[in-house]
Amino acid sequence: MENQQPLHPGLFSWPDAPSQLLGSRCQDCGEHAFPSQHSCRACGSERTEVVGLGNSGTLWTWTIQSFMPKAPYQTDETPENFRPYGVGYVELACGLKVESRLHENSADALRIGLPMSLEIIPVRLDHEGNQLMTFQFRSAEAL
Amino acid sequence: MTDVAIVGLGLHPFGRSPKLSGLEQGAIAARAAIADAGTDFKAMEFAFGGSQDGGNADSLVNLLGLTGLQFTNIWNGCATGGSSLNAAYSAIKSGQYDLGLVVGFDKHARGAFNPQPKDWGLDDWYGETGLMLTTQYFAMKIQRYMHDYGISRESLIRVAEKAFRNGSITPTAWRQTALSAEDIATAPMVSEPLNKYMFCSPAEGGCALVLCRADLAHKFTNNPVLLKSAVVRSRHYGSFEVFSPSQAPAVAPSPTVTASRAAFEFAGIGPEDVDVAQLQDTEVGAEIMHLAENGFCEHGEQEHWLKEGATEINGKLPVNTDGGCLANGEPVGASGLRQVYEVCHQLRGTAGNRQVPNGPKVGYTHVYGAPGISGVNILTT
Repeated sequence: MENQQPLHPGLFSWPDAPSQLLGSRCQDCGEHAFPSQHSCRACGSERTEVVGLGNSGTLWTWTIQSFMPKAPYQTDETPENFRPYGVGYVELACGLKVESRLHENSADALRIGLPMSLEIIPVRLDHEGNQLMTFQFRSAEAL
Repeated sequence: MTDVAIVGLGLHPFGRSPKLSGLEQGAIAARAAIADAGTDFKAMEFAFGGSQDGGNADSLVNLLGLTGLQFTNIWNGCATGGSSLNAAYSAIKSGQYDLGLVVGFDKHARGAFNPQPKDWGLDDWYGETGLMLTTQYFAMKIQRYMHDYGISRESLIRVAEKAFRNGSITPTAWRQTALSAEDIATAPMVSEPLNKYMFCSPAEGGCALVLCRADLAHKFTNNPVLLKSAVVRSRHYGSFEVFSPSQAPAVAPSPTVTASRAAFEFAGIGPEDVDVAQLQDTEVGAEIMHLAENGFCEHGEQEHWLKEGATEINGKLPVNTDGGCLANGEPVGASGLRQVYEVCHQLRGTAGNRQVPNGPKVGYTHVYGAPGISGVNILTT
């Protein structure tokens, strides 16, 4: 098994358990952001802190990416084995809606209001053979 | 303060021009606009221009003449044309200049745009994992809107049908073949709920306008069009925008709403006074949502409007009479100016087979672009 590591630092707590998304919360106005920001996009304050955003929510809207995107898309897929993927905004407990890849990739499997849960998935191997990981949501209904 | 008039219109038709650079297409449009105003490039005191992939707009002086004029490059995504027009409006309104040129052109590769995350203040993971596509955003916005306001898939099809029908009677349009509701309904899906015929394509082309102080307009044309307002607004916290890894809990009005309100206020008229409109239709859902965001109807009323043909050329508010972005494609730097070009022809009464009946007097144009910017112009005879 290759060494697995996050594609980008600070997006989620994995490999620490429990896996959850990380964001920022403004200490002045209380608004959240994902990914974490040093300044608040609601009020402009520079007093923000990193907080856990949890690992579940409900689907606020969705679509399906049916063709393989051009660069900067970078996975191990080829045009031949590209698998369409869902994209959606998942509304978290704090009210923030986070954009995410979705495990489900057909219209009949997705609907607004669907309960969703976080999972950590591989994106590609880097040149040292490490497996780079990102987050996605999948329907929690079937679980 | 003087009014601002548009006195020259020039277009290099949108589509594909393999033998011409983007810059050359801009020069053709600029020459056409200047000729339409019966003047020459030497008379231009200023120019504002923009292009995404066609090079620096001010390189046009190499083709049009090194006259020493003030030439400012403008780049504001899809709102580039609107921003150039806003700059020209302010330059004339302020009394600094009497006569100048606004120009936009572009030449994009085939297929969806592929923006780079770092240009938009985002990290690479966002693009690498496949979230940085404008097509996804538009699909997700209309998906939620259909859910909230009861817009049907038939409405999406109706907007596409109208676009290609209007394109078929527009000699300068890129897509000139009308499509049936069935052709559209059965096209391959791109990004649920939007399929191939519901999206506009990146394209090539150029568009230019000559503007002057309204009290000088008679020197250049018999039928000037007055630019009553030219407004550009960016997003507020909470509006649902493209290239957003997260959205705030509360949904705020889009920049279209704020630009539209300001434009109507400047012009001293309301949505009910508008006779012909161009609304950003990078995909069919955008045209539907923009009808309400610009104040022409309530959210959800579009379902009814489209069934009744309200946005057809002979309807109560003709929208995108030249087929809009859907039938013309989108050369980003030129697209917003093409909207103004078309509305000016409608107000002049020179729109040929697609002329709106009964002499329209008030026109409206609207663009929306990444990462949440909107431009609105109000034009009158």
